[in-house]
Amino acid sequence: MGTTGPNSKFTTAEDLVPQSWKHRHLLGLENLSLEDITTLLQTAITLKTATSGCHNKLDILEGLTIANMFFEDSTRTRNSFSLAARRLGAETVEFSASSSSVSKGETLIDTAKTIEAMNVDAIVIRHSTPGSPHLLSNNVDCSILNAGDGPHEHPTQGMLDIMTIHEQRGSIEGLTVALVGDITYSRTARSNIWGLKKLGAHVIVCGPSTLVSSAWEQYGVEVSHNLDDIIPRCDVLNLLRIQFERQYTRPFPSVREYAFLYGMNKERMSHAKEDILILAPGPINRGVEVTPDVADGPHSVILNQVTNGIAVRMAALTLTTKANQRRLSSNGGNE
Amino acid sequence: MSDSSPPNSTTDKSLLVRGGRVIDPSQDYDGIADMLVIDGVIVEIGENLSGSSNVIDATDKIVAPGLVDIHVQLREPGFEEDECIATGTAAAIAGGFTSIACLPNTSPAIDTQAQIQFIQQKAIQADNCNVYVIAAVSKNRQGEELAEMGMLAETGAVGFSDAPAPLGNTDLFRRALEYSKMFDKPIIDHPELPELSQSGIMHAGATSMVLGLSGMHPDSEELATGRDLRLCETTGGRLHLMDISTQGSVELIRRAKGRGVGVTAEVCIANLFLTDELLRSFDSNYKVNPPLRSQQHIDACIAGLADGTLDVITSGHAPRAIEKKMTELDRAPFGMSQIEFTLGLAITHLVQPGHLDISALIAKLSTNPAIALGLNDPSYHQKGTLAIGASADITIIDPTAVWIVQPESMLSRSHNTPLAGVELTGRADTVIVGGCVKTKQIELPA
Repeated sequence: MGTTGPNSKFTTAEDLVPQSWKHRHLLGLENLSLEDITTLLQTAITLKTATSGCHNKLDILEGLTIANMFFEDSTRTRNSFSLAARRLGAETVEFSASSSSVSKGETLIDTAKTIEAMNVDAIVIRHSTPGSPHLLSNNVDCSILNAGDGPHEHPTQGMLDIMTIHEQRGSIEGLTVALVGDITYSRTARSNIWGLKKLGAHVIVCGPSTLVSSAWEQYGVEVSHNLDDIIPRCDVLNLLRIQFERQYTRPFPSVREYAFLYGMNKERMSHAKEDILILAPGPINRGVEVTPDVADGPHSVILNQVTNGIAVRMAALTLTTKANQRRLSSNGGNE
Repeated sequence: MSDSSPPNSTTDKSLLVRGGRVIDPSQDYDGIADMLVIDGVIVEIGENLSGSSNVIDATDKIVAPGLVDIHVQLREPGFEEDECIATGTAAAIAGGFTSIACLPNTSPAIDTQAQIQFIQQKAIQADNCNVYVIAAVSKNRQGEELAEMGMLAETGAVGFSDAPAPLGNTDLFRRALEYSKMFDKPIIDHPELPELSQSGIMHAGATSMVLGLSGMHPDSEELATGRDLRLCETTGGRLHLMDISTQGSVELIRRAKGRGVGVTAEVCIANLFLTDELLRSFDSNYKVNPPLRSQQHIDACIAGLADGTLDVITSGHAPRAIEKKMTELDRAPFGMSQIEFTLGLAITHLVQPGHLDISALIAKLSTNPAIALGLNDPSYHQKGTLAIGASADITIIDPTAVWIVQPESMLSRSHNTPLAGVELTGRADTVIVGGCVKTKQIELPA
C-alpha cells in the first residue's frame, strides 16, 4: 500500500474510501441501499477531485491486478475500467473471449477460476446473459464487477449518469428524469431506474409500447409512450440506444419511424425546460435517438459522462477490493 | 406387457399390512384395516386378518395404492450423465412411486420397438419400480412423420408424445389423435407455441422484465392448450395435457371438460409452490419448463386440482448433470430432479394448508395418472387401485414425518434441485411393488 500521493493531499486509500462499504462485488444497483449508492457517488466525487479530474495518478490500488473479462464488444467501458485501475496504480490484464479458452469449450466458471489463480484481485465482466456475474460471484474469491450483463444491469453506467446529473444540479432529489427509447433491452435503463429512485428522482420511461412495459408502474416508475407529452416536465433526458443486437424480432417498423416518434431534435428541444440536461450512454446513433445539433449542443453532457465513468470505476474498484481484503483478512480466506 | 414381478426377496410369498389407514380413491375407501397380499396380489382387506407371518405394522400410517408418476425423464440411452434407468427407478422408489412412465427424449429417441424393449429390459434388471414407456409421436421426435404407433403400442407403449418438446406441427398432431384412437392410447402434449416462447428462460412478467431475462409468455401455453383441446374435441381422440401451469390453461380445460371433451390434464409439482421471483437468485436450478410462474397462476392450478379440472400431479422429473447446470442461464438446460421430493412437497404445500385432503392427493398421485394412461386396465394388473385382485403395488405413507432435503443423499444421479435444506412433512415409509418390499424406512437424517 502506497503511503505518498504526489498529486494529492490524500495519502492512503483509508483516507479516501469509507470503511462502511461492505460489498466485495458490485453486481447491480437494485440491491444496494441508499447509503451504499451515496457512498459510491461520494467516493467517485472524492477520487475525481483527488486525481484532478481523473487526470493524475494515485497509488491506492498499487499491487493489485484487475482483469477485464469481456464476452461482448466494448470500447468505452473496457478502456474506462482499465484507465480507472491504472490511475490508481493497479495492473490490468485483458482477456478477450474470442481468443480464449472459451472458444475451446471452457466453461465460464473455469475460465474465471483460471484467471483468478493468476492472483487477480478483481474481475470486471461483461456478458450477454443476465446473472453471469452473479454466477461467478458465488464461485470465486476475488471481487466481481458487473460491466453489463445482457439487458439486466450496468451499475457503473447507471452511477456515472447519476454522477453527471449530480455534478450539474448538486442533487438528484426531486428531479424528473426520463429514460427514452429501448427500455426492454437496456441494462443502462435498469441501473438508472434503481439508482435514481433511491436518490429521490421521479423517473419516467418513454418509448414504443413494444419496448416499454407498463409493468414498470409496479416499481413506481411513470410509463409514457409519447415523448412530446413529457418533454416540458423533464429536467433530464437520457437517450438510450436501440439495442438491435439483443432483439429477436424488430419491435418497431423502421428506424425512420422510431426517429420520427422518439428522436430528440431541435424542434423538440424548443419545448424543453431552459436548463434541461441531455445524456446519452453511447455509443450514440446520430440521427436516430438524437440529432447532431442536440448531441453537440449546450445542453449535452455526453462527454462529461465519459470522464465521470473513470471516476465511478475508480470508486467501484477501490470499494469492492478493499471490502474483499477486509473480508479475507478477517476470516483467513474462508468464506 | 412389461410388468416385472420378480420373486420376493424374502422366502415367504405373502405379506400382511396391519393396522394402517387404508385410502383407496378408486373405491372411495377410507378406513383402518389390514391388507393381505399373496403371490404379489391383493387378496383381502378387512379387520383382524391373518395368513402371513410377514407383517408390516402400518399403525398411524396411510396405506395407499402405489403412486404412479407419468412424467419422468430417465435419460437412458444417450444421456447417462444425467440419469440412467437404474438410478431413476431407485429414486422413484425413494419418492414412493411404484410405477413410472418415461418420456421419449433419449438419444436415440424412443421411436422403435427395439428402443422400448431396451428400456423394459433395463427396468427388469434394475428391479425397482414398474416402468412404462411413452413413445415418440413422430419419428426421432422431429415433428414430421408419424412413428409406427401400432407396433409401438403392441410392444408396450402406453401413450405417445414428443415431450418435453411441444407438438408444433398441428397437422401431424391432428393425424396422431385420429390414428391413435385405433389403439386406444393417448397423445400427450406439452402445450407451448414456440413462436411465443423461443429463447425464453423464465415466465414473462414483472420479474423477467426487471431481470432482463427472456420471457415465456402464458399466451404461448394457452394458445397451444386451446388448439389441443379443439383437436381433441373434433377428432374424438384421447388427449393428455402435461405441464399445465397458467390460469388461462386451467380455465380452458375447465370449460372443455364442462362440455364433455375427453381430456386429462396434469401439473408438475414445481408449478404448485415455486414462483418466478426465485429466479432473482439467478440459480439455474429454478430454470424449468413450464417456467415457474407468479402466485396468481399457482393459485389457479391449485384451484384446478381442487375442482377436478387438473387430474394428475407429476414430478416432472428432469435430472440434469451439474456441469450442464453450472453455467450461464441461457446455456443451462431446463429441469429439476424432483421425483424424490414430490410426495413430501405435495403433502407440505397442498395437504397441510388444506387445499387438498390426503385422499384427493392420493387420487392425483396414483388413481388418476393410472387411468390417464390406461394402467388401471387388467392387462397392466390394475395400477392405481387397491382392488382385490390388483397387483400389490402399495405405498405406505408417513404423513407426519418431518425431514430435510439433502441433495448429497439423493438416489437420482443428478442433484439439480434448489431445495437443499428445505424442511418437508410427509414421505414414503414403505414401498411395495408386486408384493415385494422395495424400500423400507428410508433413513431420516439425524
